[in-house]
Amino acid sequence: MEKFAPVKRSEDGQPVRYLIVDDSVFARKNLARMVETFGGQVIGEAGDGVSAISEYERLTPDIVLMDITMPQMEGIEAAEKIVRDHPSARIVMVSSVGYQENIVAALQRGARHFVQKPVKPEVLYEVIKYVMRDDAVATRGAGAGA
Amino acid sequence: MRMDLIQPFINSTDAVLAQGLESPVSIENLTMEEEAYRRKGIAAEVCLLGEIEGRIIFDVDLGTAVQLATRLAGVEVSETDDLVREAVCELANQIIGNAVTSLNDQGFHFHVHPPTLHTSEQGSKTSEDTEALVMCFNTSHGNVFMNVALRHHCRQAVERSVVAG
Repeated sequence: MEKFAPVKRSEDGQPVRYLIVDDSVFARKNLARMVETFGGQVIGEAGDGVSAISEYERLTPDIVLMDITMPQMEGIEAAEKIVRDHPSARIVMVSSVGYQENIVAALQRGARHFVQKPVKPEVLYEVIKYVMRDDAVATRGAGAGA
Repeated sequence: MRMDLIQPFINSTDAVLAQGLESPVSIENLTMEEEAYRRKGIAAEVCLLGEIEGRIIFDVDLGTAVQLATRLAGVEVSETDDLVREAVCELANQIIGNAVTSLNDQGFHFHVHPPTLHTSEQGSKTSEDTEALVMCFNTSHGNVFMNVALRHHCRQAVERSVVAG
């Protein structure tokens, strides 16, 4: 996997903290591996929309990577509920189902961005930097990476 | 079976596997299946509901599935590891999700359910209006199979109204 300049939180220089939501354990592991190469820290995982909401409340991560098609509650509905209570929540939808209507629905309900599976690390990395904006900074030589 | 419904599945299988395995993928053969589906190894099933309805089974023999999981996870995976089944389900999700995206953008509207492991030895028999097409793809890690059984409701409704009218 490529090496990426670690993305750290601007306020305290700590790793960006992620909540990964996907009903597939395999997908969660792969995303976790990927964000760790960006210098990030996975602080929680959830396998459906309902757990995603409670985990968000409990952990208040910097970024949520959220699948769309999941049992119990789908990702778009979970994103909407999280953003309703936490307007500053940064949620990136990560799904293989990326048709226009779905993307528009996700963005209208509060998601900040959409990444289609299979995820290319370089694409996700740029999206993370874009979504974090001034709240994070990418710096070489900070000790993380592949 | 309508080729415009099938082509997105061929394209997405080719694209997703080639990207994940970083090697070319070719289609080995393509056959219509009339009998009940017989599972070949680890299989994941995805159901579609809406204007297009039916199911797609993504099926990989165990040896190939272990190799695919090892390649995609980046760690050695054994036959008994749950990660093998998880990898097959996630590959099915990505391939079918990409095909569904293409079909939706072409104007077909339907809902896709999360993949589930298809554990029974046989699948349901296909019917007159739901033919199944079996595609075999050759990858650098072995063959993978996709069994697609879909029907398009709107077309049937139009055909029925033409016959009735």
